[in-house]
Amino acid sequence: MNATDARKATGIGAAVRRKEDFRFITGNGNYTDDINRQGQAYAYFVRSPHAHATIDAIDFADALAAPGVLSVLTGKDVAADGLGGLICGWLIHSKDGSPMKTGAHPVLALTHVRYVGDHVAVVIAETAAQAKDAADLVNVSYGELASVSAVAQAQDKAAAQVHPEAPRNTCFEWELGDRAATEAAFSKAAKIVRLDFANNRLIPNAMEPRAAIGEYDKGTGIYTLHTTSQNPHVARLVLSAFVGLAPENKLRVIATDVGGGFGSKIFIYSEETVCVWASKKVGRPVKWVAERSESFVSDAHGRDHQTHAELALDANGKMLGLRVKTIANLGAYLQLFSSSVPTYLYATLLSGQYDLPAIYCEVDGVLTHTAPVDAYRGAGRPEATYVLERLVETAAREIGMDPAEFRRRNFIRKFPHQTPVIMAYDVGDYEASLNEACRLINYADFPARRRESESRGMRRGIGFSAYIEACGIAPSAAVGSLGAGVGLWESAEVRVNPTGSVEVLTGAHSHGQGHETTFAQLVSDRLGIPIDNVEIVHGDTDKVQFGMGTYGSRSGAVGMSAIQVALDKVIAKARKIAAHVLEAGEGDIVFEDGRFSVAGTDRGMAFAELALQAYTGHKFPTSEIEPGLKESSFYDPTNFTFPAGCHIAEVEVDPETGVVRVEKFVAVDDFGNIINPMIVEGQVHGGVAQGIGQALLEHAVYDPETGQLLSGSFMDYCMPRADNLPSFDVGVTITPAPSNPLGLKGCGEAGAIGSPPAIINAITDALGIRDIAMPVTPERAWRAARGL
Amino acid sequence: MTVVAMQVNGKQVSADVEPRTLLVHYIRENLRLTGTHVGCDTSQCGACVVHVDGLAVKSCTVLAVQAAGSKVRTIEGLADGDSLHPVQAAFKEHHGLQCGFCTPGMIMTAVDMLRRIPKPDEATIRQELEGNFCRCTGYHNIVKAIKAASEVL
Ligand code: FES
Ligand code: FES
Repeated sequence: MNATDARKATGIGAAVRRKEDFRFITGNGNYTDDINRQGQAYAYFVRSPHAHATIDAIDFADALAAPGVLSVLTGKDVAADGLGGLICGWLIHSKDGSPMKTGAHPVLALTHVRYVGDHVAVVIAETAAQAKDAADLVNVSYGELASVSAVAQAQDKAAAQVHPEAPRNTCFEWELGDRAATEAAFSKAAKIVRLDFANNRLIPNAMEPRAAIGEYDKGTGIYTLHTTSQNPHVARLVLSAFVGLAPENKLRVIATDVGGGFGSKIFIYSEETVCVWASKKVGRPVKWVAERSESFVSDAHGRDHQTHAELALDANGKMLGLRVKTIANLGAYLQLFSSSVPTYLYATLLSGQYDLPAIYCEVDGVLTHTAPVDAYRGAGRPEATYVLERLVETAAREIGMDPAEFRRRNFIRKFPHQTPVIMAYDVGDYEASLNEACRLINYADFPARRRESESRGMRRGIGFSAYIEACGIAPSAAVGSLGAGVGLWESAEVRVNPTGSVEVLTGAHSHGQGHETTFAQLVSDRLGIPIDNVEIVHGDTDKVQFGMGTYGSRSGAVGMSAIQVALDKVIAKARKIAAHVLEAGEGDIVFEDGRFSVAGTDRGMAFAELALQAYTGHKFPTSEIEPGLKESSFYDPTNFTFPAGCHIAEVEVDPETGVVRVEKFVAVDDFGNIINPMIVEGQVHGGVAQGIGQALLEHAVYDPETGQLLSGSFMDYCMPRADNLPSFDVGVTITPAPSNPLGLKGCGEAGAIGSPPAIINAITDALGIRDIAMPVTPERAWRAARGL
Repeated sequence: MTVVAMQVNGKQVSADVEPRTLLVHYIRENLRLTGTHVGCDTSQCGACVVHVDGLAVKSCTVLAVQAAGSKVRTIEGLADGDSLHPVQAAFKEHHGLQCGFCTPGMIMTAVDMLRRIPKPDEATIRQELEGNFCRCTGYHNIVKAIKAASEVL
């Protein structure tokens, strides 16, 4: 292979094997818990055993006297030091124009605890075991109060109140769409399909539990926080500007290797806040690593909606309108984006892939005595897709039309398309992905497969889901007008070294997505240099100036676009330098395959030679062109991107045992252009597995009386295992996104968004029933098979 | 405190630890071999799998004292110098990892699986992985990697 071929093998579109893998497969990863600081002490949190109680007294004399204990700190110490509370970064307004209502979210509880696992005190000791032992000796006198955990009961007049600031536990009563137009559409309908369903509450369970090390340098007054974060700069901003721990220039946040996030590591939690704060108080670095049981009770959960939805059709099966009323559980405190997930990330996607002239959606966000609920893979979009795709499949069955045909009849076909719920879809080809999915699953032969299953006493069903999502939320001004407290651009800095190797600093953060590889592919492709000469730097606020982090499948569309723009600037400057060095007009300089040359001549130089020239500054006027080669970009896209696709599930249900086997799962997605197809497929696999987990296995359950989390360990919360899942068939269709220079749309969440309704549509088809609640445990399927 | 000695990755090691110390903590905290991970507190996730006297063991489920005198192999000791074990190589080749947190446990489990069952089919691989969680990959590529490794081993 010559150099050009070698580079093509690692350029855009190639299934490059990941650069980051070597350290992980040899045990050399560097996760937060792998870091140990000289002299570190360990924190263990005293958590509330009650869902709702007053804190009447905290006696920690015995704990303080226990071996190895350095300090016991409570909410009073936090208050005495004047620290602020944790914040929600998205302001939602109710229909009546009033701002959302909620109480303060203290770092350590002061007067009340509001969910099981709420943070009451912290014990800091020489060893983790000593801190944990001593935490048992902290004697908290609680005044137990009634609690409410279920979304359906939160607004009852008799329900216990979570915060006095939010009467009837109602944080907001929000609406989107045109109520009158929707009423009018329904009044003309030939058929109305109605469904009520819950979107089950989930616990993200990234395999790496959250962890933090706070450290204070007395000499400089600088704090350093190592933490498991998807967005270290946002963490620093919140801890500085709102919690008031330290000014931004005195706080460094580092998130090295992070073992999965799925949303749960976007947020700024009490634990890392306390580690930083306490490190100064005890004069030692303070480390905390969550035990899995702590993750269950204190990581932000996902989903938990109760919805009534109605779809109006005309006599020809054309959709006329959609009406949705959702109550969304927000938990006891608003986390960073809690309020945006069931509103702007949810209702704006209710048009799906369909030409739906009228939509009206109401969402009540309610507070309960449960862990905070926030973004979990898909964040609002899986809930929207579930509502719509369950309704659509049900409607097709009830009017006796093939579900694929019914969708085709209603697809949006002209772009751009303005939906009634804010979004302006720029491009797509929904029929292409539907057709490809039908081909991959061999839809035409399904009846034969069904007969074969029936001959063995099994029930077989097939279910569709044609999802759309919105990624790369942007532009910042639009997001701001919807209530976001931040802009959602991304930054990049391309540093070319004198020898021609390159470091790229990105504000995106990789916690499994493979940025070290895909981002390097882009750079290698554009600059024509070997991929091994490119290093991607992320996750450290001292290295990367600012960035928004990784969530919402934004890192390709926004993060890589920022790199692309910075690369443009590097090439533009390099071209100027090349013109001087090669003694030619700038317009005659061609940059191709990593070489600058003078058009029509054999004069030229490799990228590395140019880099050296840039740094010596010998051959160009430095009064006109600054020496060096380093450019940066803050890139703000012009629109959201709209990945879309079609998932089809085929299941077999054993009516004797209720066991549901997913026999086939096809996902055909349009992610726009693709940098690394291997990594994109991997993202789809992981997302689909989480979606199948939601549909069949996972459920976070609180006891309705006591507010105890009943599914608080891997013994009770059913994680998808290898033998619960099939292999997946993944296909692609491509319509490049026009809103960013690379044409990327984002692929991180589609799997989790599209799959749950496909599975439930397949199960209801198999059993010939109208609806069944997620997760479809064998018991539920067995009862449904018997009409119980 | 009690002195616990064993052989880890071919080297004789010993440390003075509390008797309640788990093998995983002995490996991570005392030996600073941090490739072995802790993903749960109920012996479910398999992030902590190492080999003790040639058998895959969840090191969060064994006290360090129980492993005294044993030969322990961790993920750090799997490659032969610079040359990767075929299971490690297959995980990279088939994109069997994303965040990498479950990976050491997965690989150690897979090595043991292939020792016992040299040519497993897909269903067998999936059953054999029941003690290992991965939240990132949906297992698809892990299964593929183990199958591929079985063909070259
Ligand atoms: S840490 Fe050992 S099984 Fe989870
Ligand atoms: S690769 Fe992240 S948990 Fe398996």
